[in-house]
Amino acid sequence: MTDQFEPTIIGFTCNWCSYRASDLAGTARMKYAPNVRLIRLMCSGRLDPTFVLRALSDGADGVMITGCHPGECHYIEQNYKALRRYLLLKRVLVGLGIEPERVKLVWASAAEGAKFAAETTAFVEEVRKLGPLNWGRTDGGNAE
Amino acid sequence: MTERVGVYVCHCGSNIAGTVDVVDVANWAAEKLGRQGVIIAREYKFMCSSLGQELIEKDIKELGLTRVVVAACSPHLHEKTFRTAAKNAGLNPYLVELASIREQVSWVHSDKAVATAKAKAVVSGAVSRVIENAALEEIKVPINPNTLVVGGGIAGIQSALEIANAGFHVYLVEREPSIGGHMAQFDKTFPTLDCSACILTPRMVEAGTHPNITLLTWSEVTNVAGYVGNFHVTIKKKARFINEELCTGCGICQEKCPKKVIDDVYEAGLGYRKAVYTPFAQAVPNFPVMDKENCTYFIKGTCKACEKFCPTGAIDFNQQDEMLHIDVGNIVLATGYDLFDARRVSNYGYGRLPNVFTSLEFERLSNAAGPTSGNIVLRDGKTTPKSVGIIHCVGSRDKNFNNYCSVICCMQGLKFAHLVHERTGATVYNFYIDMRTAYKAYDEFYQRVLEEGTLFVRGKVAEVTNAARNEREKGKLIIQVEDTLAGKQRRIPVDMVILSSGLQPRADAKEVGKMFGISCSMDGWFTEKHPKLDPVATMTEGIYIVGCAQGPKDIPSSVAQGAAASARVLDKILQKEVALEPIKASVNQALCSGCKICNGLCPFNAITFIEDDKVTSINPALCQGCGTCVAACPAGAISGTGFSNEQIIAQIDGLMMRNLEPIVA
Repeated sequence: MTDQFEPTIIGFTCNWCSYRASDLAGTARMKYAPNVRLIRLMCSGRLDPTFVLRALSDGADGVMITGCHPGECHYIEQNYKALRRYLLLKRVLVGLGIEPERVKLVWASAAEGAKFAAETTAFVEEVRKLGPLNWGRTDGGNAE
Repeated sequence: MTERVGVYVCHCGSNIAGTVDVVDVANWAAEKLGRQGVIIAREYKFMCSSLGQELIEKDIKELGLTRVVVAACSPHLHEKTFRTAAKNAGLNPYLVELASIREQVSWVHSDKAVATAKAKAVVSGAVSRVIENAALEEIKVPINPNTLVVGGGIAGIQSALEIANAGFHVYLVEREPSIGGHMAQFDKTFPTLDCSACILTPRMVEAGTHPNITLLTWSEVTNVAGYVGNFHVTIKKKARFINEELCTGCGICQEKCPKKVIDDVYEAGLGYRKAVYTPFAQAVPNFPVMDKENCTYFIKGTCKACEKFCPTGAIDFNQQDEMLHIDVGNIVLATGYDLFDARRVSNYGYGRLPNVFTSLEFERLSNAAGPTSGNIVLRDGKTTPKSVGIIHCVGSRDKNFNNYCSVICCMQGLKFAHLVHERTGATVYNFYIDMRTAYKAYDEFYQRVLEEGTLFVRGKVAEVTNAARNEREKGKLIIQVEDTLAGKQRRIPVDMVILSSGLQPRADAKEVGKMFGISCSMDGWFTEKHPKLDPVATMTEGIYIVGCAQGPKDIPSSVAQGAAASARVLDKILQKEVALEPIKASVNQALCSGCKICNGLCPFNAITFIEDDKVTSINPALCQGCGTCVAACPAGAISGTGFSNEQIIAQIDGLMMRNLEPIVA
């Protein structure tokens, strides 16, 4: 192992599209960065923005939110609600002193295993550049 | 109560064990997750095998497990398997959680140490989550045995007949005056060249006279409420101004009506009908419809010729639209397609150059019952063309219009070539990008048309023009095309051009989809539940899509889908009740502040505000379980089973190893 920083990322997925995209990436044996740990929701609309804050305070360096493409939501239009919350959340993050780039929204249909893998790897690199967040640590990470 | 959790790590042969140290994962879980409640962790070669399942069942019984985590493949593959195993051992199936360490770990990562570390995190997440899982019961709802079929084209007719023949009642709703759909307009059907009317009209009559079918033509669905098994549908039965009880369909009113109207629908603008009309002779039902916009009596207040001559007194100028309310258990949508508007490809000159025809116009021209009695002639109504150019892929496979292939246009273009050849002896050119003649006996038909002497030019036509450059081109339509096989530009003068237009979603498909609670793809076709394994079901239980409403397709495929959806409907009816996944939102009304933030969020109308109590309530039967309202409630009054806040937060904590030593890869 090299000394480069390995970020930890929590990924929220929609049961109908992006989770299936991640399944597809698996069945197709597409390799992507191992830094992301996925949580399955029924819909990106289920994503309470406080889940993102919880993940960051638990030590995650970034959060990826994924859902169906606009117009393809399994629940008709709930991904638009996810989009709205995402945009608001980014503003809140700025207020909290967190780089808004640590949270990213990605649309991936059930057929887009390759996109899911590529977006994940790309996001890991983006967060790697930002460095550790250390938000959940009372010592600000100085103890290392 | 402390939960007793069992963790089962699957090798999946070498699929998981090849990349993840499964023994290490199991030992780690037993050792480090003990505080979380893990009392046993095992690994086994194939957890999904009967021996693997027995292992879990045995532990549930002997060790008194209250929660189970299976670290194996995706829940979409084997969640059901392990839930059933738990149920067999007397544990509520919803107390089982799958940790996907195959699709999410071993298959997508290469480094064994890193993959093993991630697998531990995924298992930790699942263990934390499963503790918060609640025992749930499937929700059972009764099924109303009546079915609604929307759209009376061949797909809808087939679907209605299959269900009716099985002994159940069907409401068949069609917005035009007659059932039959586009197929009723065609002359011949490829590749067998059966006469379209000869094979279709018996089916129409069967549907029209079937004791189990209530036929509602000139009617439209205006509202849909309810859910699988219990839909409440409102149908607007438009006024025909004809008393259906009295009308015998004798046709005297049509004969006597003095007002001629261009028939844009059935005759594609090439022929006339009267202001009171049946669209074609074999219409089902045979009652005419009065076209209020064009009827002299409705415009000027005098005439009533039809009323005067009607032998049974069936004309009723005072008839009003009627609203019908019906209850059905399942709904089949067979709403069909619109033809691509060839005017949009302005360089092909349709609408500007008279002798450019659309495919539907040609169907009417070549139809023996059509406006020219089947004579293929130019727009002047008498000249037989000596040369005809047929352009494929009009509006399809074109980034400017529709990206998709409309499926039927190649075969349609070949059929036109054959008919022109047979009826006029003209020279026929077919201009194609690729020739797509998949399916039974289609390529043989292509070979036949080739042998008949039709000339094929491979290339997308750039332009159809009447600007002649020489004597040979004078008075002709010139087709400018790059012949990609010869590798050169060609100008081919012809007398007639036929545009093999593609198919488009209905102009109102989006609104219709919304009304029935189903979605459309980017292209606008209704979205099926699974593109391969569930092509007629939709994400909304009890709603099925068949025929071209689901995507471009030919007649055999439309019929097959119509029948397939009926099998699904009958399956539901015969089960008498349907089990719904218990993933539902509910409101704790003691916590609800009545802020109504959630009220506008539900596209399924499951959320209602109770004015008397000033709180919100959610109808579990309508709730689809997306959880958007759960996420929105500022008071935390809404909870969602299966994906509760507690479960999700526990999973985040588990994945992030909160309160655990960090794993070093």
